[in-house]
Amino acid sequence: MKTSQRNGIRDTVNALDASRLSRRTVMKWFAAATGAANLPDLGPGVFAASSSVTAPPTTHGYGTDPDVSGYYKPGDFWPLTLTAAQRETAISLADVILPADHLGPAASDVRVTDFLDEWLSAPYPAQQKDRTVIMPGLQWLEEESQRRFQTPFKSLGKDQQRVICDDICWPADAAARFKKAAEFFVRFRTLAASAYYSTEAGWKALGYVGNVAMTSFDGPPPEVLTKLGIEQTVK
Amino acid sequence: MPIITGSKSDAEYDVVIVGSGAGGGQMAYTLTLAGLKCVMLEAGRAYNPDVETSMFQRPDQTPLLGVATPDKQMGFTDATIDGGWEVPGEPYTQASTKPEEHFWWWRPRMLGGRTNHWGRISLRNGPYDFKPRSRDGFGFDWPIRYADLDPYYTRVEMLIGVYGSNEGLENTPNSPPGVLLPPPKGRAAELYLQKHAKKLGIPVISIHRAVLTRPLDADTIPARLHPGNPWAQRIVADSMRRRAACFWATDCHRGCNIRANYQSTTVHLPPALETGNLEIVPNAHAREVTLGRDGKANGVLYIDKKTGQEARVKGKVVVLAASSGESVRILLNSKSAQFPRGLANHSGLVGKYIMDSVGASVSGQIPALENLPPHNEDGAGGPHLYIPWWLYREQLGGKFNFARGYHVEFGGSRGMPGGRSPLPDDLARGTYGTKYKEEARRFFGSQVGYTCRGEMIPNENSFAELDPQVKDRWGIPVLRWHWRWSDQELNMVDHATKTFAAMIGAMGGKVRSRQDRSSRDAIEPGGKVIHEVGGALMGADARNSVCNGWSQTWDVKNLFLSDAAPFPSNSDKNPTLTIMALAWRTADYIVEQARKGNL
Ligand SMILES: Cc1cc2nc3c(=O)[nH]c(=O)nc-3n(C[C@H](O)[C@H](O)[C@H](O)COP(=O)(O)OP(=O)(O)OC[C@H]3O[C@@H](n4cnc5c(N)ncnc54)[C@H](O)[C@@H]3O)c2cc1C
Ligand code: SF4
Repeated sequence: MKTSQRNGIRDTVNALDASRLSRRTVMKWFAAATGAANLPDLGPGVFAASSSVTAPPTTHGYGTDPDVSGYYKPGDFWPLTLTAAQRETAISLADVILPADHLGPAASDVRVTDFLDEWLSAPYPAQQKDRTVIMPGLQWLEEESQRRFQTPFKSLGKDQQRVICDDICWPADAAARFKKAAEFFVRFRTLAASAYYSTEAGWKALGYVGNVAMTSFDGPPPEVLTKLGIEQTVK
Repeated sequence: MPIITGSKSDAEYDVVIVGSGAGGGQMAYTLTLAGLKCVMLEAGRAYNPDVETSMFQRPDQTPLLGVATPDKQMGFTDATIDGGWEVPGEPYTQASTKPEEHFWWWRPRMLGGRTNHWGRISLRNGPYDFKPRSRDGFGFDWPIRYADLDPYYTRVEMLIGVYGSNEGLENTPNSPPGVLLPPPKGRAAELYLQKHAKKLGIPVISIHRAVLTRPLDADTIPARLHPGNPWAQRIVADSMRRRAACFWATDCHRGCNIRANYQSTTVHLPPALETGNLEIVPNAHAREVTLGRDGKANGVLYIDKKTGQEARVKGKVVVLAASSGESVRILLNSKSAQFPRGLANHSGLVGKYIMDSVGASVSGQIPALENLPPHNEDGAGGPHLYIPWWLYREQLGGKFNFARGYHVEFGGSRGMPGGRSPLPDDLARGTYGTKYKEEARRFFGSQVGYTCRGEMIPNENSFAELDPQVKDRWGIPVLRWHWRWSDQELNMVDHATKTFAAMIGAMGGKVRSRQDRSSRDAIEPGGKVIHEVGGALMGADARNSVCNGWSQTWDVKNLFLSDAAPFPSNSDKNPTLTIMALAWRTADYIVEQARKGNL
């Protein structure tokens, strides 16, 4: 009774043509729902990037009836499109944001860049909108690195990387010329963290210990109840 | 699940049931166990939760970390197939260009309908909820009383398995002793709210949800459900034994392949099929109910979606359970010389008085919940505690500028992260590096959200009709929606959002969502809560209602509705338990009337 993914995809593609108008509406809802609608208008400079940097992928999605009981990895549904250079910049920046430390491994150790690549290569509107922010942002980062240190971002020392990041890490505090870059940074940070905290290592870093079958549910342990000054009232 | 065959077009069934969700599932269950031969038309494809459910998949094992896309509109692992806010090739339209007058319509296309992924919150209506007009002068009374439905609530609770507690609060009924399954323990954020809400006079109690916190008692329940029918008892007992208790992990919206929560596809349809009295025809999109010369319904015309051809099933009784909106659409599309405005529509009221629940949310952050020792809070895959409406007396005393109540559902615990950053930008600000990871850990589990589920009063401006132009991919006219909230709902939202801010304050927390919103901005759009009911109201009089208290249409005596279309009001209690209780009661009536030769 399981419909194959391929079928699901073919059906959707056909059906889409029949209802283009309302589909556009849904895409708008989605852009709004995922917060992508709050993204900045792209101003002049690198951020008004050439279409070769931001050109959206032209593949189809996974359709309305994919096999959800499967286990997937980036690249299973649509091709990954980041260039080797873009991936290197992304890995370096992700590792500055989510380094290896006492809380766990670095972003690069849990394939965060693969997820970013899958995300930025996806055929859906919210992800394509992110692409128009992230791709120029990665390019900006390389140019800024060259401008300041005449070195690719990945080859900078940690302190040098931080010098740039400190200028762009929070839009409200960023100088006018760094505003766009700061908006890129914050969005990139969100995407990298979304991927990182979707992994087992990320769960550990956060203190999430569920997704395991148990024979009973006992509620918060005594030390939690004590810390909060509460009692278990459900007996 | 046993194999599902296509129907034999020349057979005449006792009952044709359209739709396989909560209403259709319950209808098929009760009728087939009573020995009636039924055929069920389902617009979506067949679906088998035993093998198709995503259970332990982590977000990093799903495309795009599982986030919602236009293809899977509540996320990749959500148990919704071929649908959502939009179904490809099956549009619906809006009468107004103003977004606040739009209606959002959620439609899956799969066996079991929305019951595969619903939230499983299963609250009984209380006695007031059946007589709202008598109480405060607004809306409509039901032609039945709480006492009429009480025994059916009990039966449904015993069959599907509902956890919860009996608190004896006003208009928040107890179930008979031993019927509810044990409620799960409170989580940290739920108990913390319970303690601090007390200062505000707000009760926080165990919610009722259709999840098995222990296995069903297959040795005694079937005999209580089907007295004097050992054959039915055996079938139901076998089905109950196939259901495991919840193992306290995984999200119920994905469905449950150990059958620990209620889905039509794991609870209602397996025993119904086991009787041998049910045939299910998937990919069968009902178009219209056909009428005989005798003025009785005699079958249903449907589109076989596999071939695009029209086909027909014949039956002595027709039951529509395609979800309230879709059942309304089928009635309006069933035009004949006798019923030029649509079947069973002499009153002109088919499509009128559509209601949803009133929704509005406030989010906050509670410093006391920061940096708690890691512990597992997955629990029963949904909420454990909630706030029932607690201000009945004050409200009746005229203290408020809105007449009906709301209950409060909670979000926020140490639930499974993934798909989005656990550390929102407003909490992270300019941090990165180890500091960022420490902040993420610190704030995890300290973000809370409260959402109201309130009673909307039916109004003249919220209704559905056929669009004069637009048709779906098979050429069937589609619904056009009209929507307007009244001041009643807007004033309720104002009260709710202020109350939620006070709750967050009482816990020493900060409100995170915007507080400068007007209630018009804060209220969810119509349909967004996915509790749509109404459109073919039951009433005491054929002149101002579509069906009687048995959900039997006044105009066509062998035509019944067993989804939420007959609801004359939409209490704050989520509708599905009431849909099932009504469906069981209607099914009993059909069996009895059929036996007497009255249909
Ligand atoms: C995310 C979510 C959470 C929810 N949580 C809760 C909750 O916690 N508590 C609660 O009480 N309610 C909840 N609900 C609402 C609940 O799902 C519905 O009230 C319930 O499923 C309605 O049952 P139904 O039988 O009327 O319709 P459905 O369950 O929608 O079933 C209708 C079926 O009819 C089929 N159909 C439609 N048109 C046709 C046609 N023309 N021909 C043939 N078949 C057709 C559909 O494909 C579908 O399978 C939730 C809903 C959603 C989406
Ligand atoms: S939480 Fe329990 S009932 Fe819900 S899906 Fe998981 S095992 Fe099933």
